[in-house]
Amino acid sequence: MEKIEIFTDTGVPMPMEDIDTDQIIPARFLKAIDKLGFGDNLFYDWRYDKNNEPNPDFVLNNPIYSGKILVAGKNFGSGSSREHAAWALHGYGFRVIISSFFADIFKGNALNNGLLPITVSPEYLDHLLQKITENPKTPITVNLPEQYVRIEPDGEKMSFDIDDYKKMCLLNGYDDIDYLLSLKDKITEFEKNRSYVAPPLR
Amino acid sequence: MTSISLWKRKTRSTRNIQNKTFDTIENRVSFYQSTSMKHKTLFDKIWDAHVVESVDATQDILYIDRHFIHEVTSPQAFSGLRERQVPLFRKDQTVATADHNVPTINQHQRITEPLSRIQVETLTKNCAEFDVNLYGLGHPNQGIVHIIGPELGITQPGMTIVCGDSHTSTHGAFGTIAFGIGTSQVEQVFATQTLLVSKPKRMRINISGELNPGVYSKDLILYLLSKLTAGGGTGYFIEYAGSAIEKLSMEARMTICNMSIEMGARGGLIAPDEKTFDYIKGRDFAPKGEDWDKALAYWKTLKSDQEAEFDKEYHFDAAEIEPMITYGTNPGMGIKISERVPTRIDSAKPESFQNSLDYMGLEPGQELLGMPVQNVFIGSCTNSRIEDLRIVANFSKGKKVNPNVRAMIVPGSQRVRKQATEEGLDRILIEAGYEFREAGCSACLGMNEDKIPAGEYCVSTSNRNFEGRQGPGARTILASPLTAAAVAIHGKIVDARELV
Ligand code: SF4
Repeated sequence: MEKIEIFTDTGVPMPMEDIDTDQIIPARFLKAIDKLGFGDNLFYDWRYDKNNEPNPDFVLNNPIYSGKILVAGKNFGSGSSREHAAWALHGYGFRVIISSFFADIFKGNALNNGLLPITVSPEYLDHLLQKITENPKTPITVNLPEQYVRIEPDGEKMSFDIDDYKKMCLLNGYDDIDYLLSLKDKITEFEKNRSYVAPPLR
Repeated sequence: MTSISLWKRKTRSTRNIQNKTFDTIENRVSFYQSTSMKHKTLFDKIWDAHVVESVDATQDILYIDRHFIHEVTSPQAFSGLRERQVPLFRKDQTVATADHNVPTINQHQRITEPLSRIQVETLTKNCAEFDVNLYGLGHPNQGIVHIIGPELGITQPGMTIVCGDSHTSTHGAFGTIAFGIGTSQVEQVFATQTLLVSKPKRMRINISGELNPGVYSKDLILYLLSKLTAGGGTGYFIEYAGSAIEKLSMEARMTICNMSIEMGARGGLIAPDEKTFDYIKGRDFAPKGEDWDKALAYWKTLKSDQEAEFDKEYHFDAAEIEPMITYGTNPGMGIKISERVPTRIDSAKPESFQNSLDYMGLEPGQELLGMPVQNVFIGSCTNSRIEDLRIVANFSKGKKVNPNVRAMIVPGSQRVRKQATEEGLDRILIEAGYEFREAGCSACLGMNEDKIPAGEYCVSTSNRNFEGRQGPGARTILASPLTAAAVAIHGKIVDARELV
């Protein structure tokens, strides 16, 4: 997994609320059998019109906006558990998503794929969206070790929460499987000591 | 790896009571009753019994009893195993089926759509390579993963069950902790039979009384969603309780737990009771003989203690509930069928609300009764079991689907389809003008060719009315099987209660 530490970049504003995983990556694109290429179909039904031509009104088709930071409205990533949503966002080039609220499963999927979801207050989110809309070149610093977002150059800071374990993983580029595999003996021990176990499936 | 082992784990050893060994179930039960199990919710009891180790104050390593897989969310996880060169840890606790993008006609033929075919073939190859039990296309046990688990008796009380699909919450109807996971978690379970997860908060929704005639569990869950909103359960695991829930059949309970995820909850569960045990008894993978007695002794301990506390609790009266339909683009946007589309709602900004109505081609304050509908879809893991098919067949007997409507009925599994045929429901439905199809997810998510044309309405018994869910531009109206059946015959939104 790719590491995340500290970086400064511009942001892409998507103030819509409840952006669900069907919008992030429509189901018909879930048929791939590897993790690559999903970025091309990110937000497909918003990004392209019926004739598969880029929709000029959609923010990703607007060249004035760019950057690795997506700034999105409340309840981002609701809907299905498809991890393809995280792969699509990551594949497109996003590394951080800032919103005032994330859907549970999406958040977990993002963290497992080197994509950092940052929850900020609704007020700060509105402020950030406004700043980016006023000046699309507004630099935003994301500092994972110290857990804050800062709007440059004025330096308006907002701290964010992340659990220590996930932070360690992102900083080092480790995923959960590396960690769990190191505990195999404990898992086998647990299995031996269970008091009730349903009969096996064959 | 080094930095991982350096990572200091603050283990809460007191939580590890399951590492104590008990010679009999009764000893374990009395141990639980005498000590830490006092004042626990059902959710806590099951969760705590599966914690291998606590990683920090919020995260546990949770042992997984059953892992269901399907063609869409498993290929990358199998590739992951290969890349890491680790074996599948517990293949005897893993079951696979092909459901999400299978065709629902001519399943005996080769899948024509190349990408779908590659996914289904990849599943077959992966299951062969890793020796996983696969109920693939053509197998008599094939079907939607959340239909076949209960149907085969794989789903049992007190288990932890996961699948790379959010509607895994369905299995909670049996008193299990069942939830959807992402593909990298599928890989975690493959590799270790455990998951690193944070423990959700506990919510209880109590529904007292009894549902009125013509009102079904689908209406109940759509009603709860309209009250608590599509985000109202986020961060929680819900227990549904109360006299109205106790009266429901297992199939009706599954419909409720299925849509817990639509409230944003991690999952939902219902304490097992005699109905649960009766349902499981005799099924293919149900415990038999002595194992059954052991299982039953354990299952009977699975209920929330009287004094157990929930982080949030709600109370509703079943008598308040009418047939429900949705008008918007999330399942929380539902109204009683007799009501008008609201002019605003508290849970969404005015722009989001208006966008939703624009997508649906509806006006604020509009009445939905009488509105023409072009498609009816009866299927999905929410409502495609035999009881659902019986409701639809019963209503449609001797009637004809409106000529302006395309009506599709897609049984949840081959077994449901077989039973429907044995009961003669297929003939009733086909004579009425339904397309009676083979098992799969079908138009629930439009991954196969079963799509709703752009701009058309579809009254659907599925669980999600998101934009484009049933095909690009499709407009989904969620409803119960009875409402859907009435709409199919009349070609417009009608209150089925007036027609039975
Ligand atoms: S029927 Fe629909 S909701 Fe259920 S598993 Fe299939 S796609 Fe998901």
